[in-house]
Amino acid sequence: MSYLPYIVAAWLFVVGLYGIVTSRNLIHLAVCLTVTQSSTYVLLLAIGYKHRATAPIFYGVPVGSRAVDPVVQALTLTDVVVSVTVVALILALTVDIHRDAKTVDPDEIEAFRG
Amino acid sequence: MNRRARIAVFAVAAAGLAALLVASVVDLPAFGHYQGAYGNQLNREAVAERHTTNVVTATVFDYRGFDTLGEEFILFAAVVGVTLLLRRHKDSEDHQEVLRKADDDRVRSDAIRIVGLLAMPALFLLGLWLVAFGLVTPGGGFQGGVLLAGSLFVVFLAAGFRPYAHLTPAHWADSAEGSGAAAFTLLGLGPLLAGAAYLHNFLGSGVRGTLESGGSMTLLNWATAVEVTAAMVLLFSEFLESYVLPSVRPLQ
Repeated sequence: MSYLPYIVAAWLFVVGLYGIVTSRNLIHLAVCLTVTQSSTYVLLLAIGYKHRATAPIFYGVPVGSRAVDPVVQALTLTDVVVSVTVVALILALTVDIHRDAKTVDPDEIEAFRG
Repeated sequence: MNRRARIAVFAVAAAGLAALLVASVVDLPAFGHYQGAYGNQLNREAVAERHTTNVVTATVFDYRGFDTLGEEFILFAAVVGVTLLLRRHKDSEDHQEVLRKADDDRVRSDAIRIVGLLAMPALFLLGLWLVAFGLVTPGGGFQGGVLLAGSLFVVFLAAGFRPYAHLTPAHWADSAEGSGAAAFTLLGLGPLLAGAAYLHNFLGSGVRGTLESGGSMTLLNWATAVEVTAAMVLLFSEFLESYVLPSVRPLQ
């Protein structure tokens, strides 16, 4: 059981990629991308977690108390906010594509054909 | 490549990737037995060194401040991208004209209006508190900024587009977004010009556990709050305008 959070992170990563590959809608694709991205948050926070430890905030808690890793929390919190704006950019591109192609299905958009 | 072939290729790649991921995580320290030296050292020393009791915020704005500069510019670039894409199709940049042309979507339910009226100032105050005490207790510019923007969205939810647009004029959001990013950059460059390190804390450490702690980290914290608030407001306004303005409405 002690590896469960890491396995959850790996599963989220792969399942998000599956959604991106099979997507029939660019909005759905953007949501799948956030699922993939969320796997990195689960992984980071799981790595920094310690049993019987507090948050790394020493207000009313003596310095030297057992606390979880502040670095991975800092990485996660900035990225949660930044990723929202990146998803917004993808959605704005989707609005633009719909205006020209009249569809949001990646399989029907000429420019997406490889 | 057709759909079936694409899924077949993906299935092979995903199976390989999943195997590699599982093989690599079983060698990590077991969950709950973190061994990283860097985080532990920050937990031991940040409070004494920087006088900030929230070590996460100290990491964001000091120990890893340069990394945060990068994050801020990803945020800035993404928001500029959204604005450029969505504003291309607008008839007019004129705020008054946007307001005049917008659909009448006034909220008429008294219950929703009253809940909004109560929730908005409470959320706004909570957002300010999260930012202000970000170096002392849980919070900071990123979290508080999102909440401040959220409290402004409540105006749209509980009153309608016009009151929301009156409260968040685009030119204000534009300049706040730019100023936030510029302030963060300049607060780093200033000490560099004076011969110190980039983002050097030039205000000293202050008094531990109070609003005076953190020195110039406080300025970085507020610059970030302004940038994040403006970013969220801009994103919301741009998408909302393409929804309420008949001339630019894209998805029908």
